[in-house]
Amino acid sequence: MVHASGGASLADLRIESLHKSFGPVDVLKGIDLAIRDGEFVSFLGPSGCGKSTLLRSIAGLETLTGGAIHLGGRDITDLPSARRDIAMVFQNYALYPHMNVRKNMSFGLSLNGMKTAEIDRRVAEAADILRITDLLARKPKQLSGGQRQRVAIGRAIVRKPQLFLLDEPLSNLDAGLRVTMRAELAALHERLGVTMIYVTHDQVEAMTLSHRVVVLDKGRVSQFGSPLELFHRPANLFVAGFIGSPKMNFLPARITGQGEGAITLRADGTASDLTIATPARPDPARPVTLGIRPDRLEIVGEGEGQLTGTVQLMERLGTESHAHIALADGTVLVAITDGTHPARAHDRVGLRIPAADAHVFDADGLALPRALDPATERLLTQ
Amino acid sequence: MRKTLAYAALIFLSALFVAPFLWTLITAVKSQADLVAYPPVLWPADWHWENFTDAWGKLSFNIFLKNSVIVVVLSTIGQLFSSSLVAFGFARFRFPGRDAIFVLLLATMMIPWDVKMIPLYMEFNYLGWINTLKPLIVPAWFSEAFFVFLLRQYIMTIPTEIDEAARMDGANAWQIYWKIHLPLMAPALVLVGTFQFINAWNDYLGPLIYLNDQTTYTLPLGLALFKGLHEVDVVSIAAVTIILCLPPLALFFYAQRYIMDSALGSSVKG
Repeated sequence: MVHASGGASLADLRIESLHKSFGPVDVLKGIDLAIRDGEFVSFLGPSGCGKSTLLRSIAGLETLTGGAIHLGGRDITDLPSARRDIAMVFQNYALYPHMNVRKNMSFGLSLNGMKTAEIDRRVAEAADILRITDLLARKPKQLSGGQRQRVAIGRAIVRKPQLFLLDEPLSNLDAGLRVTMRAELAALHERLGVTMIYVTHDQVEAMTLSHRVVVLDKGRVSQFGSPLELFHRPANLFVAGFIGSPKMNFLPARITGQGEGAITLRADGTASDLTIATPARPDPARPVTLGIRPDRLEIVGEGEGQLTGTVQLMERLGTESHAHIALADGTVLVAITDGTHPARAHDRVGLRIPAADAHVFDADGLALPRALDPATERLLTQ
Repeated sequence: MRKTLAYAALIFLSALFVAPFLWTLITAVKSQADLVAYPPVLWPADWHWENFTDAWGKLSFNIFLKNSVIVVVLSTIGQLFSSSLVAFGFARFRFPGRDAIFVLLLATMMIPWDVKMIPLYMEFNYLGWINTLKPLIVPAWFSEAFFVFLLRQYIMTIPTEIDEAARMDGANAWQIYWKIHLPLMAPALVLVGTFQFINAWNDYLGPLIYLNDQTTYTLPLGLALFKGLHEVDVVSIAAVTIILCLPPLALFFYAQRYIMDSALGSSVKG
């Protein structure tokens, strides 16, 4: 494994109570993060959550309203972008249109007064890694989207930075190329071993590429954890609803009893109580929310499960089917079932919620701790 | 049928625009007898091509040409440099009062040159620049509102991420202007350069006011010398006029593609 930073200092990134406002609008409201050297971390969230602003703040392209950023033990808060030892790949590649690929890649190095022989060596090395050696004489307009993307990454690699920032780098590519580039990015990270931060609104990209994912919501960190942690132990309603596709089903519920290491609750519209294992002791007077992922919600015969509803829509995807089932109060739940399930639109069906797979969120939207099966628990602790 | 009508209309309009130029060309090669003949000679039997060299030799046109070239080259370089730099500032820097200053700059386009003529003369007279080429060159190094506007609009079509990428690469503001924006602005600069070239090449009033000595005259002033108090040398005027038309024409044919690109640029670029 080649370590791109090439030096002894570890490229830990530490962000402390970072604030950023644009006029009266607070975009980032106190971000605290600690990213380890060599880690691949994604910033994930819906449009307007502040993920790109956070990335740009790290890059030095935005002036902070408050807070501090440390990279490899160095305070880089007030340093200009070029002196932060950070490289960035932009969403639209931002290649210099009038320069050929070689010049695009070497521009920063020559600006910094590097010797031509060293520049040539680095460009050749990066071009070799990215398989763009035969494109070096071409101008950006003569390249395809995927090739431009490689050049943009190459421009970052040649600088051998401590930290790579990637701002939705695959969003302009078609679906097929995106999958290929995703795999290439993962391989590149493995090869370079350098810390990478990746901004995306695509949870598949975030989940497949990252060691850890920062889920942002309205300028705050909603949860920072491994992809499986976010999926199996979402910290709150936002993360639970955001991670996973189709999204988690939610039902309002109330607590009907509390025992040793378990609570009993009844969701609106259900015919029976559900006992959930949790060490938490939520206030029984306040409402809670029951969450169940579509792949765990079982379709059974009418009157057999806790809920009854009418199939509104059956989406046949081949290997699986997504059933949209309307309850009496109009709530629509989605269940993933096998591709050949016989249910059809307008059928009356029952729904079973396995207690072991249910998530419970308190009145403030925070998740109650839940036990996982041993296999999942092992995966999470790996 | 509709196509035929359209072509007929286009040919008619073209003829209307080309006619004065053709008439000047034909006049330039006429003999004195053909010039004064009545009815007018539309197509002379003998074409006197020597009229061009004769007219050029009658006055110090080599000196006028040298002066014109100095004014045109230096003022065009100045205009390209200063207008692009100012435009870059307005397009890419955020500073208090930027928009107000820009509007103020645009407002100067509404002041006619005739109004500025006397104060400018007084100013250049104070500086001791009268009867030198400086008043025709130096103002171009302080940019022109219209060109600043044109170039600013062009720069604004270039994604700011390119500037940011250059910043991350270690470029300062000057390097971003010089190494990134100036080359990218090339089509718009060709347009500005062409306008400035033609303005400076054809300028008559400016040299008329600031230049007294024939050794400092530019070509349009020299051309006017053929118009004496008692006599007008029509053939020489026509001949030198044709010669003076050639550089702007050549430039326009070269720059045509860029001018069309720039003019369309702002409307078709996403």
